[in-house]
Parts: sequence; structure tokens; C-alpha cells
Amino acid sequence: MTERTPRKRGFHRLLAGISVLGITAALGASASLADEVRVLNWKGWGTDEPWAVEAFEKETGTKVVHDYITSFPEVFTKLRTNPGYYDVVVLNAAFIGQAAQEGLIQPIDTSKIPNFAELYPDMRDAPQLSFDGKVWGVAWVWGGTSVSYNTEVFSDPPTSLEVLWDPKYADRVCWRDDPEDSVRFAALALGQNPDDPEDMDAIAEKLKALKPQIKAFWKSGDEWLKLVAANECDLSTIWTNNTEAAAVKDGLPVSFIVAEEGAIAFRDGMSIAADPPNEAGANAFINYMISKDFYAGWVDIGGAPVSANEKAIGDLPESSLTREILTQPDALKRLNFKGPLTDEQRQTYLDLWQETKAYFAQ
Amino acid sequence: MPRDEAGTASSPQSGTVALASSKTRLAGYWLTAPTYFWLGITVLLPLAIMLYFSFLSKMPYGKVEATLTLANYATYFEKDFYHFLTWRSIMLGFHVTAACVVIGYPAALLLARTVRGRWREAILLLIVLPFWSNALIRIFAWTMVLRSNGIVDQAIHAVLPGAPSIGILYTYPAIVVGLVHSFVPYMILTCYISLQAIDSSLIEAGRVLGASNLTIFRRIILPLSLPGLFVGVVLIFVPVVGAFMEPRILGGRQSIMLGTVIEDQFTEVFNWPLGAALSFILLTIVILIFAATYPLLRHRLRLT
Repeated sequence: MTERTPRKRGFHRLLAGISVLGITAALGASASLADEVRVLNWKGWGTDEPWAVEAFEKETGTKVVHDYITSFPEVFTKLRTNPGYYDVVVLNAAFIGQAAQEGLIQPIDTSKIPNFAELYPDMRDAPQLSFDGKVWGVAWVWGGTSVSYNTEVFSDPPTSLEVLWDPKYADRVCWRDDPEDSVRFAALALGQNPDDPEDMDAIAEKLKALKPQIKAFWKSGDEWLKLVAANECDLSTIWTNNTEAAAVKDGLPVSFIVAEEGAIAFRDGMSIAADPPNEAGANAFINYMISKDFYAGWVDIGGAPVSANEKAIGDLPESSLTREILTQPDALKRLNFKGPLTDEQRQTYLDLWQETKAYFAQ
Repeated sequence: MPRDEAGTASSPQSGTVALASSKTRLAGYWLTAPTYFWLGITVLLPLAIMLYFSFLSKMPYGKVEATLTLANYATYFEKDFYHFLTWRSIMLGFHVTAACVVIGYPAALLLARTVRGRWREAILLLIVLPFWSNALIRIFAWTMVLRSNGIVDQAIHAVLPGAPSIGILYTYPAIVVGLVHSFVPYMILTCYISLQAIDSSLIEAGRVLGASNLTIFRRIILPLSLPGLFVGVVLIFVPVVGAFMEPRILGGRQSIMLGTVIEDQFTEVFNWPLGAALSFILLTIVILIFAATYPLLRHRLRLT
């Protein structure tokens, strides 16, 4: 998942990471490896939920040991420097191809993962996860970055991304302060390929045209929630699960759309590290993580993204925005799952975005 | 400074006193050594590492081979928006520092020359009290105060129902307000220390000789308190020019500064070399500004 602010949580992750490594080292000496499964993921991103870890340990007798990453490059660093240490790795689907190419992950025998059959076929067989006739990542969760709107201002939901540029909502747009998403939204609005925009000048112009519209920028989900709670914006670019949490848990008048031009989406897969110490444990852990029981638990505590398990989505309450809007078949077709970005692209996007913001400040 | 004076005063006297004083001086060096050592490690070493990074072609990460280059510095001169943002950051520094002088100096003057005894202690405590809370929390608190329909707005509307909103959150003035609140205690404290050290007999002498209050202030108090004022200006101007957190939270569409651009290089794209180069350019500009004002101040401050 790309949607984190690693900086803030970085230190805690680091501390947690260090302590986990320490504990693992201590355990490694006493316990046999077959009794534990080692997971590499973001902190607080599902797999380390205490209730889930407990349920899995009770069911299988296998202990779950976590190690955390604070940025995407770190996954690669950790896998490269600790071969044969990790069992399960949570990877943004866009990176799975690279990890497979470098020999950091191994193909998965899906016959050992019964819940694999419950996944949405589109998700399960996505080319980013399944290639060369093998499955390299099991579709786990996904989510969207979309336009959310104030339901008291809009009696009918907007349909087009152009609403963000509508003078009627001047000074009422809260925008995610993120170079990549900004470029992707502009590309979608202009009908360009968001993974590889052909006309960056047009994108720069489109973003500059946002100047009268933008009220504030946000970086963390919490900042966005404060803006909406203070009624600072009618429209925002925001992750769909945050909109849902704001509507359900905080009772705010917000909902989201999947615009006709599309929405941005990410997806995370679960992969098995090359030469895992406990392959059977890894299969069992992945099987539990993609189960509808685990997903129902995550939905209960709030902040869950969307499961790739069709049955899990079927169990969501009727009122769920995820179920009503995001997972509708025609909406699913309009999602643009993020492809990988090169370092050069990232730098170009950041330069463009900073230049645009400097223009906003003039 | 006092140590030097003591040293020169004792030198004409007997040899034993001179020896004692050189011993004291040696002890002084030993006692302050840990501080300099600590400063060397925590300030100079990271700065040196950053300076080295600023000449690298990319972050030496994994298998990446970095070479030495001036490209990061060249980038600054190639892109116009960096110049615009530098200007913006420096203007922000001027505005915030000026506001701190206007608010902080009179407050310090009142505190040092008029308020006495326990009240003075109590007020000094109140001035440093905000420092006990996290800077981020203080800035978030300002968002509640400054926003339209925020605390100030509601108070005004309670009295004057038809009054227009004065919410200034997500504008440039909001950034200035937040930063002034964060930094004004530095100005009050440094000025206060200078002002309360002024010998009252000097002021009495001036009065006896028929000077008006204005003349006493202009000829005695202000010149003698300039060192404190100058230290306050440096302590405030330098960090404000590089500020990134306050502009980002309070500034809305106006949030971009050179500081936020530098922050993004570190956090968004892991381009430490460019971030480091931009930091050193900013540092150089700040040093140049102070170097330009130095000849004007040297005489006044008796720094020679």
C-alpha cells in the first residue's frame, strides 16, 4: 500500500522493528522454526491485528512474528539482506514483478490455499500477480483514491472529475498533497494514461487550473478528517476507506464516487519469500488472511480497505459504501490500478507538483 | 567575556595570582569540553555528512553507485520556482521576526523595568509555559482558533451576530500568526536578560541631567539592550526561514516554502542529495544576510 505517511510512524516502526528482531533472535535459539511464521508488512496494516494473530495462533498453533517496513524500497533491502529469513511478504502488486525478477519471492502453490477459490477472478488472475504461468502473489486487499463529496451540498452525486475544476466549488476543494496522485488525477481528467502520461505540459496546466479551487492540502488521513469535520471542503481527493470511516464512524455527511473518467486504485498481494523457513505456515497464514472471517474482523474495527475475497464483500452490510459504490461491476472497470513508477518519474512528478504549488502561492 | 576581564585585571599582580588564574582558565576549558564535544558530534558531524551528501549524484542505496557532482546545486539555479520560494521564505522570516520584535521587545521592557518581585517570576513562567507543549499541538490548536467559524469567530458572532467572518486559516497571515506565537518567547527572554542587566543608576543619572523618557530610552536603554535584541533576531530569523511544519498545516494553498520543498526531497522521493544541497544554499543565503548587516551592528554591539 502506497498510502502511508511513513515519516510520522517511522520511528515507532523502527523501534517495533528492532524489538521484533530482538525477540526473533531470542526465539530463534529456543523454538524450532516450524512453530512460527515471519511476516514482513507495514505496521498496523491488518496482519498484526492482535485479535487476528491470536485467532491464527489458536487455529494452527503457529506463532506469528512481524517485522515492519517504513517505505517501499525497504522491502527490497530487507529481502535482499536477509535471504531465507521471511515467510510472508505483503507487497504492493506493482512491485511483485520486480521482486520475482530479482528472485526475492517464489511461486505459490495455490492448491495449499483453499480460500484462493473465493477470490474475485479478476483480482486473482491480475497480470501483476500472476505471470509466466505461475502465481507470485495472492490478491489480498485493495482500495481506491477517489473524489469524496459533501452529501448535504450535492443532492445528486457528481459524475465527472471535472467537478473538481467547477468554479461553483471554488475554494472548497481539499486536495491530497501528493505528487503521484496529483499527476494521476490530472491524467485521468485529461484522458491520458495515468501510468505513463504522454503530455506532461498539459498535466501541468490542468493542475495549475486548480488554483482557485483549492482550500487546503492534507497529508495524513487524520488531517483530512479534521478538514471535513470543520466543513472546510465540499469535495476532496481521498482514499475510499477513509470516506467510509468518516461517514460510518464519525457520522459526517460524506460519500464518494468512482468518476466516469476513473479512479486511482492500489492493491496489495501476499507473497512467499524465496526459500522460506516455514512454507506450510506461510500458506496457512495467507489462507487465513484472505478469509472472509479475517476481513469481517477488520471491518468491525474500522479502517479496512477492500477485500479481494468475493464472499467477504458479499458479507458486508447493505449500507456499506464499499459494497454499494466501489465494488459495483461497472465501477470496478473504471479503476486504474497503480503501476510501478521509476525513481526518475517520482522526481519529475515531485518537481512538477512543487512548481504547481509555488504557482498556487503566487 | 567576564573571564577575560578577570584575567587581564589580575595579570599585573603577583605571580601566584596569575598562576591561579591560568589554572582556573584550564579548569574552565576542561569543564566546558564535554559541551563542545557534544556540540561537535550532534551539530557539526551531521552537517558535515549532509554537506557530503549534497555533492552526491544519488543516495548510495543498495547497489547504487554514487558519484560526486555539482548537479544538485545547479538544479537550484535552473528552476525559477526555487528562487521564488527562497524569496518567499526570507520574506516570511522578515515578517515573523519583525512581529516578534514589535511584540516581544516592549513586553520584555515592561517586565524588566516595571514589573517587580513575584509577578515578574509568574509572568516569566507564563511566557515559557507554551514551550512545555509540543510544537505540533500548538499549531493544531491554532487551526481551531483561526478557522472561519472557529473559536474567535464564534466569540465575535456571539456579540455581533451580523459580523463578517475573520477566519484567516489557510492564508499567509495564519502562517505568520502561528510562527510568531512559537517564537516570540525567544525574543522576550533574550531582550529581558539584556534589559534587566542595565544599571538603574545610569537611568537615574540621565534623569538627573534632565533627559526625557524618550531620550533615556533612545540613548541608554535601547543601545544597551541591542545585544539581546540581536540574539533574539538571529534565534528567530534562522529557523523561520527554514520552517516547514507550520506553513504546511496553517498555510493551505499558501503552504509552500523552501522548507517544505526540502522536506519533500527527503520524505517523498528519498533524494537526500538535492534536499541537502537546497539546505546548504538556504544556509548560505542566511549567513550572507547576517554578514551584510554585521558592519552596521559591529559598532553598536561592541563585538570588536
